[in-house]
Order: sequence, then C-alpha cells, then structure tokens
Amino acid sequence: MSGAGAPGRGGPGRVTRAGTLPPAPTAPGPPAGRGPTSASAHEPDDSTPLPYDSTSLPYDVTVVGAGVVGTAIARELARYRLRVAVVEAADDVGEGTSKANTAILHTGFDAVPGSLEARLVREGQRRLASYAAECGIPVERVGALLVAWDEEQLAALPALRAKAERNGYDRTVLLDAAELRAREPRLGPGALGALAVPDESVICPWTTPLAYATQAVRSGVDLHLNCRLTDAGTDAPGDGPRVLTTSRGELRTRYLVNAAGLHADTVDRMLGHDTFTVTPRRGQLLVFDKLARDLVRHILLPVPTALGKGVLVAPTVYGNVLLGPTAEDLDDKRATGTTADGLAFLRERGARILPDLLDEEVTAAYAGLRAATEDDDYRIRPWPEQRYVTVGGIRSTGLTASMAIAAHVTGLLADCGLDLGAPRDLAPVTMPNIGERFPRPYQRADLIAADPAYGTLVCHCERVTRGEIRDALASTVPPVSVDGLRRRTRARGGRCQGFYCGAAVRSLLEGNVPRAGRDRVERAR
Amino acid sequence: MRHERTVDVLIVGAGPAGLAAAAGLAAAGVGHVEVLEREEQAGGVPRHCHHGGFGARTFAGLTGLTGLTGLAGLTGLAGLTGPGTSGPRYARAHVDAARRAGARVRTGVTATDWAGPRTLDTTSPDGLERLTARAVVLATGARERPRAARLVPGGRAPGVYTTGELQQAVHLYGHHIGTRAVVVGAEPVAYAALDTLRRAGVAVAAQVTAEARHRVTPWRAAGARLWHGVPLLTGAEVTELVGRGRISAVRLRHRGGRLAQLPCDTVVFTGDFVPDHELARRGGVALDPGTRGPAIDADFRTEIPGVFAVGNVAHAVEPAAAVTAEGWRAAASVRRYLLSGHWPSVVRGV
Repeated sequence: MSGAGAPGRGGPGRVTRAGTLPPAPTAPGPPAGRGPTSASAHEPDDSTPLPYDSTSLPYDVTVVGAGVVGTAIARELARYRLRVAVVEAADDVGEGTSKANTAILHTGFDAVPGSLEARLVREGQRRLASYAAECGIPVERVGALLVAWDEEQLAALPALRAKAERNGYDRTVLLDAAELRAREPRLGPGALGALAVPDESVICPWTTPLAYATQAVRSGVDLHLNCRLTDAGTDAPGDGPRVLTTSRGELRTRYLVNAAGLHADTVDRMLGHDTFTVTPRRGQLLVFDKLARDLVRHILLPVPTALGKGVLVAPTVYGNVLLGPTAEDLDDKRATGTTADGLAFLRERGARILPDLLDEEVTAAYAGLRAATEDDDYRIRPWPEQRYVTVGGIRSTGLTASMAIAAHVTGLLADCGLDLGAPRDLAPVTMPNIGERFPRPYQRADLIAADPAYGTLVCHCERVTRGEIRDALASTVPPVSVDGLRRRTRARGGRCQGFYCGAAVRSLLEGNVPRAGRDRVERAR
Repeated sequence: MRHERTVDVLIVGAGPAGLAAAAGLAAAGVGHVEVLEREEQAGGVPRHCHHGGFGARTFAGLTGLTGLTGLAGLTGLAGLTGPGTSGPRYARAHVDAARRAGARVRTGVTATDWAGPRTLDTTSPDGLERLTARAVVLATGARERPRAARLVPGGRAPGVYTTGELQQAVHLYGHHIGTRAVVVGAEPVAYAALDTLRRAGVAVAAQVTAEARHRVTPWRAAGARLWHGVPLLTGAEVTELVGRGRISAVRLRHRGGRLAQLPCDTVVFTGDFVPDHELARRGGVALDPGTRGPAIDADFRTEIPGVFAVGNVAHAVEPAAAVTAEGWRAAASVRRYLLSGHWPSVVRGV
C-alpha cells in the first residue's frame, strides 16, 4: 500500500516507514560463507522524511500511537470524511503493550461498577466480538473459572457474583469443589470451589490491531511508522492546524489524539498537562507448547486480592497455554525483560494451579508493561480549547474496550468541534486465520489445490505455510521483522523456536524486505 | 477431500535412522516402503553439518558389531568407509541408498495427525492424503532446546540461535550472523557450532558450560581452546541475556557466586537435545519419562501394535552412525512383525 496514492479522502491511505528503499532481490542465492551486509551498514534512518503531502496538507486528525487503542481510533475515524494520520515510534503496529498481554476478551464482570472502564469494557466486548466474527479475528469463548484455593477466597465468591451483576453481567455460576473438578480434572489439589464466568473468551491480540490498521489504511488513513513524536507545537488560533514535530519531520493537524500508551503522560506534558503519570507495571508470562493445551479447558483466574488480579492459566487461540502475569511496578518504560525471580514465581504458582503444566516445554517467556496510572480508571479527557483528546491509563482491559474507546473518543472530538459529517460503512476486511478453532490453510484441500504454496509447510511446529508467509509480506501493513512476521503468521513461534525453520523464515522475510530494512530484521523488539 | 492410499510401511522422518530403516526394509523385499520427510530435502540433521567425520565407522565397524555387515554392501553405503565424509554428502548417500534399495522417499510432506492406529494424515503441495500402513516407524529425530525452554531470563532481542538454526543459516542460506558470539555448552555439537561460527566469520568470546568439564576428546577441546583461542568457562551458568534491539551481552554466574558479563551480539545454545515427540504424543504413544521419547522395547516397538520408534526420537541424542545401525536393526524387527503379526501384550522398555 505504499507509494504515491492520492492523499486522504477517497483512495487508500499509505503505510510509510523510515529507510524504505527499493526491495532487494528475492532469491536467497546459493549457500555462501558470509552474508551480504554487516550489522551496522544499514541502520534504519529515522530521519527519512515523511511524504511531501503529509507535511504540506494538514490532517484533520492525527492519532499518536499505533497500539490496539490508536489503531481502533484510526479505524473509527476512517468512517468519516476526514484526513487522518497515525504516527507511531515503532516500526510496526501493536509493538508496545498491545503485543504482550494476556489475550483475554473480558466481559467486564469484575470492573469497578459505574466507572468509565466498566462501561467501555462492556460495550467494547460486544463490539469486538462482533467485529472479530466479521473479520476472522480468532476468538474462543472458553469461559473463565475464578478458582478459590482457601476459605477466604471461597467466601469472597458471592460478593464477586454480586459485583458482576452490578456490572450488568448475570450469567455467573457458583461451583462447589466437585463441580469444579468435573470441569477441570487436571487442576491441582486443594481447590475449594469457583465462580464460573461463561462468556470470558480468549482472542488473538496480534490480529486485532492489525485488522484495525488494515481497514483504516485501506479506507484512507496514513500510517507513519518509525515516526516518533518529539514536539506537539503550540496551540493554533481558531480552526488552524498545530505543527507536530516527529523524528521524520513536521506534519500539521487540526485535531490531536494521544493514544501513546506507556508514553501518554509524556505526550500529555508536551501539551502542557501534568495530570497523571504512567507507572509501567511489568507482567511476565510463560507460554507453554500446544501439547499442553488439553490440560486446561477454561481461563483459570485467581480470586482478585488487594494486590491485583494475580496469576492466571489460560488457553490461547493458537492452542498454547499461558501462565502469568507477574505484577511489578517499575520506573523504566523499556524494561520488557524477564527475570529469574519472575519466572520462578510463575512456575511455583503454575505448579499449584495445574501441576502437569510444568512438564511441558516452554515456547516463550516474555514481559509486557501495563500502562498503570495513579488512578483506578481510564484517563480519557478532551481539551476542547486545544482540540486535543488524552486517552491514557488504558490498562490490560484496553484490548477488550478498544472499539468502545474509539467510539467514545470520536464523540469527544466532535464535542471539541470536529465536524464529523455522516459516517459510512467501511469495506470489510478478512484477516488470515492464525487460530486453531477454524481450519488453517495446511488443512484445506481447496486452498492447496488452488495454490500449492498453502501445502508447503515452512514452520513445522506451528504448521505455517509458505503461502501464508508470502501473503503476510504482501499485506496492507507488512512486517519488517521476524517478530512482526510471527505475529501475523505464527511462523517461528513454536516449540523449536527456529531450530528447524528459523533460517528458512528469515530468508523468506529478507527476500521481501527493502535493503535498508534488512538490518531492522535484527532489531525487532 | 483427502486422497486415501495404503502402503506396507510408512516411515516418518528421512534422517539417518528413518532412511536406514527404509533401506533395510526395501532391501529385504518389503513391497511398498514410503518415507515422509517434511523438509524440502531428505537427510535429516547431517544436511547442515558441514564438518567431516560422518560415516567413518558406521559402515566398517558398527555394522560388523551388530551383525549387519551385509547390509552396507546391499544398500550401497559400503563406499563410505575410511576417514569419513561431510554431513551433506553423508545425507545424500543415505537418501541414495534408501532409494536404490527401492524405498519411496518423499520430501515436503508433513504427517500432521493420526486418523487411525496406523493411519496418518499428510499435507504436501500436492494436497491432503490419508495413508494407512501395516507398520508405522516414527523416526522424527530430536532438536536442541531453545533459549525459551531453558528459561534463560532477560530481553528477547534477536541474535539468539540453536546450533541447528545457526548451521542452516550459514551453510544453507549464507545469512549474516554477527560479529562476536558466546557458545553455551561443551558437548560435541558445541564444537560443531564453533566451526560454523568460524566459517561465518564470527569471533567467539567464550564457550560456557555449567558442567565441570567438556564432553569431547581432549584433542578436540584443546584445538578449540589453544589453536582457535576460544576460552572454555566451566562451572558457569548463563543467568541473563542483555540487549535491546540486538543482544549486547551475556551475564554469567560462576560456581561460588562470582558474576560476570560477556559482551557479544550472538548467543548459540547448543546441545540439550529433546526428542521431537509431537506425532508420537498425538497418536497416544506412551512416553518414557526419562527420555521423553516414545517408550520402546529392544525391538523398537511402542505400546501401540504396528507402531515403531527408532533413532533420536527415542533417546536424544546419539551420533548418525549409531542411529543408522538402529535403523537397520529396526528394519529387521519391522519385517518380523509384518511376517508374524505378533505384538507383545506388554512392551518392556530397554
């Protein structure tokens, strides 16, 4: 989708990245002792300027941040006749907190009743469930069990049930120990009972922002990646645009939305506001191999305590089992590493909840940073005199609430004076299915007959075909890193972590990555 | 929409063990022996082992020891005697031998799941098939455990390899690797990783093992340490990988608690092989709790009648020569089963 299309209204938008040069030859070439480039020869150049018309013609709205919230807002704005840009510091969508969460589509049963979060989670859950069905975002309604491991927790379950009802959710069921064991036979000893929440679901956290971004870009939104906001300019008089300074040059915009996640407080200060601070709360997680999937049927939640939601065990839509997260308040917004203590803590908790889980191979250990603030609720606030909306403090529920947040923010922009006009229906998008609930390409005789690339397996552990990798590389928002490709296809994401397929996957990726992008392959966060 | 076929023996995995079993069965006159290999090329791990020494003793020595001297000649591998050959040549010789004996070796075909006790579903560019066999031999091999499975904490920056990925990246694809590496492990495969890094022009900062000493011949260890100048740090555990965007260092804890940090942009985790047992488990084949491979008896029989397992899937990890000899012995065992139909009611582990 890159290239010189007509900007804004009407035609499709563009995805621009820094350092984009013409594609390198696709043939991997014969075996050779050395690769063609050195690690530092083609560092991506963040100063690669934005396209000329992005800097000259003002945008109606610019969204800062291409996480699940920023892309959802961009998609919502794409329904109106507006010229919209998204600026994102990273080289891909969903590269921050959005890629490293617990992948649950919440009912909002345990939100704080009456809060903005409770309302947006409830509404967002309905919207996203329906959108997922339309676009093919993998979702599985496995249900959750809040498992009580002591008398105190057991005694807390009726109150949680009442809270769920105050949140408009009345389908919870109290289970005694025997009923719980019948539903989860592999649970560790000592579970006393549970509260079942049958509508809690698991969802693909990677496909979701990609679907939003794909639909937004196809509907005219410009997505500028490697584009870090460094200055938000001064308030312009009347309806005039403000000038944003980014690592790739200036752009002008009449309205501004701050969906910068962990950095929302920094952006807010650029606009002169000092109303909240984002304290990154690190959550470390372990992903177990798909051979563990049969051990668990539901999302197993701990009974919430004063310390947060605690450690859960959950299936994933890819057929793995997730264990985590930890909850560590940090200062460093880049501390996405795992720690020995964190992993040991998770294993100790996991051994109690589902003892057999620890016999299975771990396919990934990762950490995400939740954008916690000093407040208990989302910090979504319009600043009409600045034609600016802050979307801060979106914690782990942000994935579920994203579409409702987008609608809410669009309303706030209108309140700030943005003339939306009449909405239109967007052309639907169909995302590649990387979940296990529906047949994957390698299982489909029709697809393989039409195109043998779907019968050519490249990543064996995750059964990813050459056709799927090719499609991802040619998609509207293509990946530029091994990690980006993994989030679109699952390639290299399985138990062998590249022992079998790593070199083949890299070669497919690099065959399609612009030469200057080649070394960014090495730099994926 | 699946095309259904039957064969006499279906062998999953065209590494040395599977190919030797195929060669042995086909040479003994078993009708339709079919080997499924999911990679584009058959031959297994030796395909990307460019060091020499393959086959040095296989066909001269081990065959004699196991009473299978005749097979080497029969299958055409007898030429590979003497000081040994490179992995890729060895792999090709194995494939040629199996084909020459009459086995059908198919590449790019993945056995995805079971549809019956001896029936497998497959995917290939030609479509979906359902293959039923009188006997199934699992020869799916072993893999090195990657960093995640070893629970090594730290950042997730790129630059982390297993030997298997490193060898393919260098020898099959000519990828650029990095400038300075740390190699974790001191089994023979770690020394193969050193060779590959040298070939790729990567300096090696150190070789690190939690063990008290290396697991190779003294001359091999001395060659790496003295000739190539790679220090071997024993009794040292990798505690963290450091780096953002790219690996920048490895943190170590020496026995006794002393901490150290080695700057590098590449880390290779070697050894720690685990059986690739996915297909076995999906078929309900009982595992040996010790090896985590299928539990088998001395005749390579699993608990499921007609299903055998041979090679490194059953006991990661032995050299190619050893699993080749196993493959030949398994062929004899499979043939006995095809003739007699006998399967013990209780399979006793070896």
